[in-house]
Amino acid sequence: MHSSWYLAALLVVPLLGALGALLAARTRDGAYRVAVGASIVELALTLVVAFLYDPHVAGAHTLDFATRHVLAAPFGLAYDVGLDGISLLLVVLTSLVLCLALLGARDRRREPAFVAWLLVLTACTMGSFLAQDGLEFFVFFELTLVPSYFIVAEWGGAERARAALKFFVYTFTGSAALLVGLIYLAVAHQNQVGGPLTFAFGALAATTLSHGTAVWLFVAFAVAFAVKSPIWPLHTWSPLAYAEAPTGGSIELSALLAKLGSYGLLRVAVGLVPLALVDVRPVVLTLAVVGILYGSLVACATPDLKRLVAYSSLAQMGFITLGVMSGSAIATEGALLLMFNHGVITAGFFLLIGFVERRRASYQIRDLAGLQGPAPVLAALFTVVMMASIGLPGLSGFVSEYLILIGTFTTHAWWAAFATLGVLASAAYLLWAFQRVFHGRAQGPNEHLEDARRAERWVMVPVVVLVVALGVFPQPVLNRIAPSVHQLVAHEIAAVRP
Amino acid sequence: MSLTIPSIHYLALLPVLTIFGAAVVLTVLSALARRPLRPAASLAVVLAACVAVLVEGFVQWSYVADHGATTTVAHAVVLDGFAVVGTVAVALALALSALVVYDWGERARVFGAEVPVLALASSAGALLMVQANDLIVVFLGLETLSLGLYVLAGVDRHRTGSSEAALKYFLLGSFASAIFIYGVALVYGATGSTNLSSIAYFLGTNVVLRPGLLYAGGALLLVGFGFKVAAVPFHQWSPDVYQGSPTPVTGMMASIVKVGAFLALVRVLVSALGTQLDTWRPILYALVIATCVVGAVLGLAQRDVKRLLAYSSINQAGFMLLGVWTGSAAGAAGTLFYVLTYAPVVVATFAVVTLVGGVGDTRHAIDGYRGLARRQPWLGGALVVLLLSQLGAPLTVGFYAKYAVLSATLRSGGGALALVALLSAAIAAAFYLRWVMVLVAEETEDGAERVAVPRATGLAILVGVAVAVVFGVWPGPVAAWAQHATLLFLP
Repeated sequence: MHSSWYLAALLVVPLLGALGALLAARTRDGAYRVAVGASIVELALTLVVAFLYDPHVAGAHTLDFATRHVLAAPFGLAYDVGLDGISLLLVVLTSLVLCLALLGARDRRREPAFVAWLLVLTACTMGSFLAQDGLEFFVFFELTLVPSYFIVAEWGGAERARAALKFFVYTFTGSAALLVGLIYLAVAHQNQVGGPLTFAFGALAATTLSHGTAVWLFVAFAVAFAVKSPIWPLHTWSPLAYAEAPTGGSIELSALLAKLGSYGLLRVAVGLVPLALVDVRPVVLTLAVVGILYGSLVACATPDLKRLVAYSSLAQMGFITLGVMSGSAIATEGALLLMFNHGVITAGFFLLIGFVERRRASYQIRDLAGLQGPAPVLAALFTVVMMASIGLPGLSGFVSEYLILIGTFTTHAWWAAFATLGVLASAAYLLWAFQRVFHGRAQGPNEHLEDARRAERWVMVPVVVLVVALGVFPQPVLNRIAPSVHQLVAHEIAAVRP
Repeated sequence: MSLTIPSIHYLALLPVLTIFGAAVVLTVLSALARRPLRPAASLAVVLAACVAVLVEGFVQWSYVADHGATTTVAHAVVLDGFAVVGTVAVALALALSALVVYDWGERARVFGAEVPVLALASSAGALLMVQANDLIVVFLGLETLSLGLYVLAGVDRHRTGSSEAALKYFLLGSFASAIFIYGVALVYGATGSTNLSSIAYFLGTNVVLRPGLLYAGGALLLVGFGFKVAAVPFHQWSPDVYQGSPTPVTGMMASIVKVGAFLALVRVLVSALGTQLDTWRPILYALVIATCVVGAVLGLAQRDVKRLLAYSSINQAGFMLLGVWTGSAAGAAGTLFYVLTYAPVVVATFAVVTLVGGVGDTRHAIDGYRGLARRQPWLGGALVVLLLSQLGAPLTVGFYAKYAVLSATLRSGGGALALVALLSAAIAAAFYLRWVMVLVAEETEDGAERVAVPRATGLAILVGVAVAVVFGVWPGPVAAWAQHATLLFLP
């Protein structure tokens, strides 16, 4: 087992970076430089942790770097962190997305505050992925709301006030159910086992529950995560928030915070009350499929590039939910991989749209046409990201969607069959949008559009590299996450078996 | 006929005596002094009294920890952990309020020792309530607390709104007191005693065959308490009175009254009427839902921050009631933790409102706060933190306060109730956040001037923010203290 100080450092570095950025606010570009420095340190650190991670720690259930300290005994509050295969990719994604948002979507309006909020958001998200304790998870999960609220409310577009409020109230309402459910479960556990109140995932998962209680708890958890993910029909906050947020905020919201929802669904809902799956699985799977089809259809019709990506995210999150709920180890691995891939791809999309917006000050598809002529590199980058999102074999999106679909097919064939339609639909709306934006003849201001600058090209390099690398050779990554996934699915199957 | 003088354990009475003593000293000083007393002098007396009470609280705590809970003055006053924590909460809220009043008095031209003396007297009433072990003593404390506040509400003679608030508070408050004392009489009739321990003993050893009298009395007591803590449907006075009263006084109302009334309510319901749990819990169930939901929903419609905070404090009262509803030690500890941490936060919030309200207490429209956090990051940021704490965001103490009562509620099997309360908090989040949104908004109002932050008020705000953040990060010690205190609870 490795030292837990690595994980503590992962939590502290962004916070120190935020503090440093605020202290360096006076000097020109000081805050930005400090923030970029902190994010690079953070990224390096996560890569080290990801390479060091050892799934075969004796007696610790694939948890590495684990530690537990009780902070407030009456409340059962504990600092309990650990890393396993389920969190591994998401931890890497967290610091990667931060780097991309800082380097590719620089926002010079009141920059020190902006980068400080981004860093704080990273620390909170990191905390949620590392937490191995329900209450600690909830605190971090809920805390992500505050920085993201301020990012949308202060740096967003024209309707930012409404978007931020809607986002906050939706998520906060969902979290209410989550908190009540978690406390209920912990109290039930304490009543069975005795001893002090604890929220440790490992302990709570062993609670014996009646079937009805398990279903109620699952619903309470799932509501919170369905809002966050978002899962249809609780998604209505998301297109507005994604579209109104500044580019950096959209990246964080869709590439990262959305994953908090699907991660929670897997770790908390499926992980803690698997008994409920007998009843709720068909329902959630259906919602996921509806989300895939609905998101794809609306994406076809939307006239705004940012909203298009928002609805395409809804469809992709449907795939992830499908994999998480399928009860198949392969599909669950695929879902975890898709969480990472979708994060990278969406970050790429929003970065590229941000680049276009910098030049044309518009997200409307009808304002743009024939950009391929003046900006070939931009068009090429867009093509790569788009093809990965459609699921072209050889790129990362394909591997993950394929794993999800074959895994789900073995357990729930009909749902997989309908979900496959979503792959076709994504090709339709993305290619159509691409045609309208990049093909044809550029006229007016589009004619002299500047191509991607050097800095913008460099930011896209990691995106393209990851898209290709994980598309061609995902096995090493899968090997690292597989033991944890198998253990979780085994726990799930054991609970469901009559 | 011989008169028996009950034995008096002076340590138990010391905080009340100190605060009353300070009030008397100030009155005498201001009468004897040739010139009007300087505000700094009265502030010094109040702060000295508060510090003394905090020290006495420390001594009391170690006494209770060693010897357990005791009663004195013929069992009418109790010294236990619960009372000590309540005493500390009242002293803290009084000290912070005094700091705010000091600056406010200079600006609003309210001189003289009346305000500090009345504030001291009211706080002494609250102290009496948290220690009361007899319904008569509860009533005495309630009246002392209220009488001072009736006058304080109308102390700003330059504004008619203040007098209106005072009259309204007084009229409705005296009705509530009358109802309360009638309830005391009926309970006495039913159980043969006004002493809480004796009531509990009587109800524990006898079967009340015709409980109508007892129930009627209990219901009337509940109405009286409901009025004082502004629980729905007894809340109608509170938005008007909060709006009309001078803002620092509103801060006192929201903090000291809540501490005193809630701790007394816990004693009366949980310890004296604990055997009647099944009777009063359904009533409180309805009260909690009504209070939480009405506070949150009506808060959404407010454009005046003082009215908004009034509804906010109604919503918070719902959560405090939730702890009482459980009827358990965990719930009592939750309520105790809630009032202990809410008091400094709400006083600090009203301190910011006092400053922004300006001379004459007029600028309370929510739009007056536009861009405050941009112009004055420290003041605006402090208000944002205080609002987030009342909203219940994690890493602020408000989160753990809500968590404490919710976990107690779930322990007592109130899953649905906890969910309703928490959903009301989500509704309430909308109005807190709308305010936050205005604070961080870009468009600065034309001619909006900087809000001066005097030193004393700044200190009060700082303490409130520190409570919100420090105990939000590290709630362990306070939570353990509240829990320990409740275990040192008489019967």
